Amino acid sequence: MTQLALVIDLNVCVGCHACVTSCKEWNTSGPAGAMSDERPYDVNPTGNFFNRVQTFEVGEFPNTETVHFPKSCLHCEDPPCVPVCPTGASYKRKEDGIVLVDYDKCIGCKYCSWACPYGVREIDEKQKVMKKCTLCVDRIYDQSLPEAERKPACVMACPTSARLFGDVHDPESVVSKAIRESGGYPLMPEWGTQPANHYLPRRKTRLRIHEDELERTDNPLKIDRQLPKPDMAEPSLDDVTSW
Amino acid sequence: MSAAVAPEVAPAVQEIKKTTCYMCACRCGIRVHLRDGQVRYIDGNPDHPLNQGVICAKGSSGIMKQYSPARLLKPLKRKAGAERGAGDFEEISWEEVYATLAERLGKIRATDPKKFALFTGRDQMQALTGLFARQFGTPNYAAHGGLCSVNMAAGMIYTIGGSFWEFGGPDLDRAKLFVMIGTAEDHHSNPLKIAIAKFKRNGGRFISINPVRTGYSAIADEWVPIRPGTDGALLLAIIHELIAKGLYDRDFLVRYTNAGQLVNLDDKHDEFGMFVRTEVPQEEACYDPQNKLWWDRISNKPVITHSEGADPFLLGEFVLSDGTPVKPSFQLLQERVQDYTPEWAAQITGIPVDVIRRLAYEMGVTARDQQIELPIAWTDSWGKEHDTVTGNPVAFHAMRGLAAHSNGFHTIRALAILMSLLGTIDRPGGFRHKAPFPRPIPPCARTPTSPLAVRPDTPLDGMALGWPSDPDDLFIHEDGTPVRIDKAFSWEYPLSVHGLMHNVITNAWRGDPYRIDTLMIFMSNMAWNSTMNTVEVRKMLNDKDEHGEHKIPFIVVCDAFQSEMTAFADLILPDTTYLERHDAMSMLDRPISEFDGPVDAVRIPVLPPSGECRPFQEVLIELGARLKLPVFTASDGSRKYRDYPDFIVNYETEPGSGIGFLAGWRGRGGEKFMRGEPNPNQWEMYAKNNCIYHHELPRSYQYMRNWNQGYLEWSQRNRITRYAEPILIHLYSEVLQKFRLAAQGKGISRKPPEHLKQRVETFFDPLPFFYEPLETQLTDKHKYPLAAITQRPMAMYHSWDSQNAWLRQIHTYNTLYVNTQTARLQGIADGDWIWVESQWGKVRCMAQHSEAVEPGTVWTWNAIGKAAGAWNLTPEANESRQGFLLNHLISDELPGKPGASRVSNSDPVTGQAAWYDVRVRIYKAGAEEAQETSPQFEALTPVPGMKQRPTWLAYFGGGKIK
Amino acid sequence: MNPAFSVIFLTTLIGVGQGLFLALFTAQTYALFGILPEQDSVGFYAYGSLLALVFMAAGLIASFFHLGHPERAWRSAAMWRTSWLSREVIVLPAFMGVLFLYGLAHLLDWKQVLLTLPTGLSINVTVALGMLGTLLAFALFVCTGMIYACLRFLREWHTPLTIINYILLGGASGFTLATIFAAYAAPALAGFFAGWAMIITLCGLVGRAASLFRNARLKPRSTLQTAIGVKHPRIVQKSQGFMGGSFNTREFFHGQTPALLRSIKWMFLLCVFVLPIFFLVSGLATASAALLLLAFAVQYIGLLAERWFFFAQANHPQNLYYQVVS
Ligand SMILES: Nc1nc2c(c(=O)[nH]1)N[C@H]1C(S)=C(S)[C@@H](COP(=O)(O)OP(=O)(O)OC[C@H]3O[C@@H](n4cnc5c(=O)[nH]c(N)nc54)[C@H](O)[C@@H]3O)O[C@H]1N2
Ligand SMILES: Nc1nc2c(c(=O)[nH]1)N[C@H]1C(S)=C(S)[C@@H](COP(=O)(O)OP(=O)(O)OC[C@H]3O[C@@H](n4cnc5c(=O)[nH]c(N)nc54)[C@H](O)[C@@H]3O)O[C@H]1N2
Ligand code: SF4
Ligand code: SF4
Ligand code: SF4
Ligand code: SF4
Ligand code: SF4
Ligand SMILES: [Mo]
Repeated sequence: MTQLALVIDLNVCVGCHACVTSCKEWNTSGPAGAMSDERPYDVNPTGNFFNRVQTFEVGEFPNTETVHFPKSCLHCEDPPCVPVCPTGASYKRKEDGIVLVDYDKCIGCKYCSWACPYGVREIDEKQKVMKKCTLCVDRIYDQSLPEAERKPACVMACPTSARLFGDVHDPESVVSKAIRESGGYPLMPEWGTQPANHYLPRRKTRLRIHEDELERTDNPLKIDRQLPKPDMAEPSLDDVTSW
Repeated sequence: MSAAVAPEVAPAVQEIKKTTCYMCACRCGIRVHLRDGQVRYIDGNPDHPLNQGVICAKGSSGIMKQYSPARLLKPLKRKAGAERGAGDFEEISWEEVYATLAERLGKIRATDPKKFALFTGRDQMQALTGLFARQFGTPNYAAHGGLCSVNMAAGMIYTIGGSFWEFGGPDLDRAKLFVMIGTAEDHHSNPLKIAIAKFKRNGGRFISINPVRTGYSAIADEWVPIRPGTDGALLLAIIHELIAKGLYDRDFLVRYTNAGQLVNLDDKHDEFGMFVRTEVPQEEACYDPQNKLWWDRISNKPVITHSEGADPFLLGEFVLSDGTPVKPSFQLLQERVQDYTPEWAAQITGIPVDVIRRLAYEMGVTARDQQIELPIAWTDSWGKEHDTVTGNPVAFHAMRGLAAHSNGFHTIRALAILMSLLGTIDRPGGFRHKAPFPRPIPPCARTPTSPLAVRPDTPLDGMALGWPSDPDDLFIHEDGTPVRIDKAFSWEYPLSVHGLMHNVITNAWRGDPYRIDTLMIFMSNMAWNSTMNTVEVRKMLNDKDEHGEHKIPFIVVCDAFQSEMTAFADLILPDTTYLERHDAMSMLDRPISEFDGPVDAVRIPVLPPSGECRPFQEVLIELGARLKLPVFTASDGSRKYRDYPDFIVNYETEPGSGIGFLAGWRGRGGEKFMRGEPNPNQWEMYAKNNCIYHHELPRSYQYMRNWNQGYLEWSQRNRITRYAEPILIHLYSEVLQKFRLAAQGKGISRKPPEHLKQRVETFFDPLPFFYEPLETQLTDKHKYPLAAITQRPMAMYHSWDSQNAWLRQIHTYNTLYVNTQTARLQGIADGDWIWVESQWGKVRCMAQHSEAVEPGTVWTWNAIGKAAGAWNLTPEANESRQGFLLNHLISDELPGKPGASRVSNSDPVTGQAAWYDVRVRIYKAGAEEAQETSPQFEALTPVPGMKQRPTWLAYFGGGKIK
Repeated sequence: MNPAFSVIFLTTLIGVGQGLFLALFTAQTYALFGILPEQDSVGFYAYGSLLALVFMAAGLIASFFHLGHPERAWRSAAMWRTSWLSREVIVLPAFMGVLFLYGLAHLLDWKQVLLTLPTGLSINVTVALGMLGTLLAFALFVCTGMIYACLRFLREWHTPLTIINYILLGGASGFTLATIFAAYAAPALAGFFAGWAMIITLCGLVGRAASLFRNARLKPRSTLQTAIGVKHPRIVQKSQGFMGGSFNTREFFHGQTPALLRSIKWMFLLCVFVLPIFFLVSGLATASAALLLLAFAVQYIGLLAERWFFFAQANHPQNLYYQVVS
């Protein structure tokens, strides 16, 4: 059984929003499109996006971490948004675990969005249907695209490769390996939704310098006769003992 | 696949065209997917060396730029009687535009060409605009570099012959330690992100030195918050530690820098502070002749540098046989940093002493203990063969956090010296050049040196911009006053190698040094975000003399959008977008080269021009022909080039030089590169090759290029450089010393006027030193305790993305970020409206608490705030009601010493605009005050020809929504 | 949550309709056992059913305003296996149909005995329909309540009290309406209905107070720590990624002050529970139909406030992700 998903590496995400607009760009002219924007050139412009990048500050100055946090539908393995949908417009695909909305069936009752704890479903205020990340299902199987490009738009765009895509049920996939090796975790595990998307935490590289590493045998100051040497005239054992 | 996701637009015609992005200056390769002639999708070109298929937030929003309702679609002229700034225009034809300009400019050219000033913003065609200005004969040409990061260019190029920015960068593929200083985003947007992520994945250690922790700094392993404007102190203290601990690469310093060269310390001598030379070189050439002395350790006597078998003392003091006291320049450096201890720097920078020490040790130990050795044989300039290329894997990157301060030049010199002490210049894992760099120090281009170079109906005798190597290279009158309107290359800012665009309007308005007639601005928002003192400058743009004539008589603006600046134009030239025009990112300008060799790039239109838009390139070629500028005119007086593409293919720098705008596929059949006859099919060949030409150098030419015989000769053969002489690193800068000597009255060169002597003497120190930024020195720090800075948001380019419906949803307005403690002390709650006040002005805005900013600093995203109605946004749009512009608080000038005139708020060496020196105080706005940003400007109305702005947008590219 | 008026009207109006029907059938049942006098089939049961139907229909119409695509509403019956909303969509018209038949049977006097129980009680068509209606009315209450109660993330709703309260409050308002209806159509029953109305209202008070008490003590199960997976006591959102608002900021935030929330709470406690009892008692005592009408009006307005509060009080875990504009 396949479960496709994104794994997002917070260790390298710089919060550039490339995944946000590339997603909108791909999807607005796709099956989900057009993704509408209200008051696009006016006060409080607002629009339909499948992916948002947020920023959090952790800790207090000067021990602050700034965390950029992209979030789209997590394609839960047990998606609470699906069974509540009265029309069956929301569904989870058996073959690859992608959670989708059938825009032709959706009545725009918003109930599924209430049932998603992650706040990733957005109604399109113009088309009045519920929309969300499709995991770019219209790219990843598109035989007319070269193999290497059968990936979600946001994954292709991400300049830091912070977004990995693959089958989390295949233990040998890049995503499974990343989750295993880098401590990948799901969001809000307390609800048992089993999000397929995972996040990789920040990892730190530190350098430990031992005292003696600062004293190099090839200290160049020696060559220039600058390495401080003890004064010849200072007292030493030579002055007080004879063996 | 389910019905919901089946392809929905069956009969659409799909097409993929490749070109180069220009949502920012990074210039990534893109693929534009068209459906029924409309843009359906823009993604990164996977075969492009720069972005390798990725794309950023701006690049992905290109569609919204292309179809933005803020686009100017018709040539316009200011309505008779309408005030500048009111934005009241009427449509005119291109013919009228050309006729008006040809007549006006023709007259100026025939009388006094300097009365025409051409200044350009973040464009990528300085080779063409510069050529046009030079052919016109005006000295008054520059691009935005002076207000941007000239300190970064000059500080490093005058030291190592190359720089960050678009000239070189950190080799993160091999680095182990990466120190990023004062960088938010920079031009190398996508490539830097690709590189940092890879670097981190490979386990590299990443340290960011920045008052603010966002973006790149967010993912740093360590964040070192620093007080703005104090990096010089930090870097000098690190140098102090490295020298004290002997953690520098002595071999590198000896062979590849001037560390061992002996400096004349006879203060009576005209050559005081200069290197002792064995002989005077015969010809004036632009390179360092290898005629200086070392004090050889082995023979214990002076020898010519790089003598076989010799090894100089780097430390000590010596006396030449003629009694001249001398010291190796490294000794002088050691003396200079003697008192720059970590304890001293800690007080200034706010960084704890142990952190400063540790930074120095991490750099020194990583450089030494993790040395890289690559099996690449190469030969150095002195003929010595090396079996390997070694590298000390400590890489740096720095940008405007250092550059945009009035002490930036010396800070950046300190950084370049630190990098050199660690032995990391053009070596694996350190800093690496990009062609056409490294250049000689300084590069060979020179401006004319006297007003005689400006003559009617004659091209300028020299380049409008250049690299002075001594006072005699300045572009001044006999009496020492400037020839250029921006006072570049004058005693006020002698090394202002990119000009001072930020001074143009004020100077022209005041008539100091003189009045001009026509100011042409291309791609720059000089009435808003690229000007300091914005409120006053906007008044100057519309100010009139006693006869009711505008003080700046004629303003022409070429822009693609309705900006704050276009409102002040007399004539608006609607430009195409990057998807609609040809462009060349030329080797003559700032190409997109990689570490491994030169790369240039082009844009090829993927869409027809919208409305009546015309590329500015075409405008220049047309005007060039009408004005009969020599380059654009055939010998029979007729027009020489059909259009811009024709010009690019056929233009040669000199008849038969074989050097043109594009380096790739030259020669009749495209068989040559760098040099070769024009190739009529050059554009097609670029089109077939991802719009780039990439020449990968042999591995042995890819490193140590300052001193790499093979590379230098290759570069000479290909006319990248005239000389193949080694480019020694200037730890100690003789260029600076020459200016200082002139100020001290020594030598035979020109001397500064009395009132500038002390300034030149102080700031032209041949070794880096730390001083407080000029504005800080003039500020009562109790009254204005906080430093105010801006940062580039990754999802916005300067002022021009507010017209972009997608990007403006990400940054709809900006707030001032204040450290939580600092805010609380002022009783300012998160989200409160506050006043921010500097000595020069005040702004009302919203405050946001943050733990990720140094307590003495406040900051905001740059250029998000807009004037009401600009960019075809409604006057109610958040950008103008809640967003604000920090520039209102920044002065373009500083009061001079009592009696002396004002000086530009710029670095005294380079004229770099000191954006980040401003000091402010903040306090809560009154409860009764409007919850709206202040100042406000009268709302602009849409100009003729612009599209209506829709209230709903539902973009669907081509085909039909099912 | 941001209360949607369509849903507030839907749930309150059908609550009244269901309650009124239950009241009618309660009276019929009592009459069956001879505890209450028989009533006029047409004047009481048929018109009573019609009144209930009017409320049901109004609720149904209100519900359409909630849909982006009401023309596709028919699709929403599809997922009855998993979706309480779907079940509601089925049960609601079913109940209305039975209610209609129940009224029709009374109107046309369909009194054919279907079955005689050993006790001698004869079940005629109206009784059978009434029993079926009762079943469906309760089913509908359960469906409506479960729409909210089944959402485990909305912990304020995720409790049996939600269903109990839907039943009790719908019942109370229905019986109150029955009282005033009886005052006109069957004055003898007014006291009976008023009595039950007061009892159910009091039970409703207990139920609703219990849920208020419970909700005040809820500890959020999700925190910023679990929301973004970073272990640190001090995490503050600095940007939600957009500034002009989105569906997620509009749908899940009521944007009102805590003070307003508190006053709405006291207002509905007063209007739903205290005042109706007062008006019912004084209305009966003074035989004033106006006071009885007032009792219903006040209670219904109170219920609108109660339902508003019910939504507003529910704090969705998604809100953790949308805390700051910038
Ligand atoms: N406070 C503060 N101020 C700053 C800075 C800062 O850090 N802080 N940074 C400074 C720096 S480094 C710079 S470089 C400047 C940049 O400042 P500007 O040079 O003013 O840059 P923009 O605001 O982008 O304005 C460029 C103009 O180009 C137009 N444009 C966009 N695309 C095209 C095109 O294809 N053709 C034409 N003809 N026009 C086009 C836009 O509409 C816009 O009007 O700002 C400076 N100002
Ligand atoms: N997305 C996007 N990319 C851009 C641009 C854009 O507008 N948008 N503009 C382009 C242009 S024209 C330019 S010039 C480049 C500029 O590229 P950057 O130099 O990266 O741009 P700035 O935003 O000026 O970043 C300055 C950084 O220095 C820090 N800083 C300020 N003062 C000090 C200091 O005294 N010491 C230290 N250590 N740090 C300090 C600030 O906090 C900030 O992080 O970016 C280019 N790239
Ligand atoms: S594109 Fe990549 S780096 Fe940029 S915000 Fe998205 S995940 Fe982060
Ligand atoms: S994240 Fe939300 S919308 Fe996506 S599958 Fe999980 S519950 Fe459903
Ligand atoms: S909004 Fe659409 S997808 Fe969501 S529950 Fe309703 S019908 Fe289903
Ligand atoms: S997978 Fe596709 S739809 Fe989902 S966030 Fe990425 S780009 Fe958007
Ligand atoms: S970094 Fe600049 S050039 Fe590259 S894709 Fe983004 S906007 Fe375009
Ligand atoms: Mo810049």
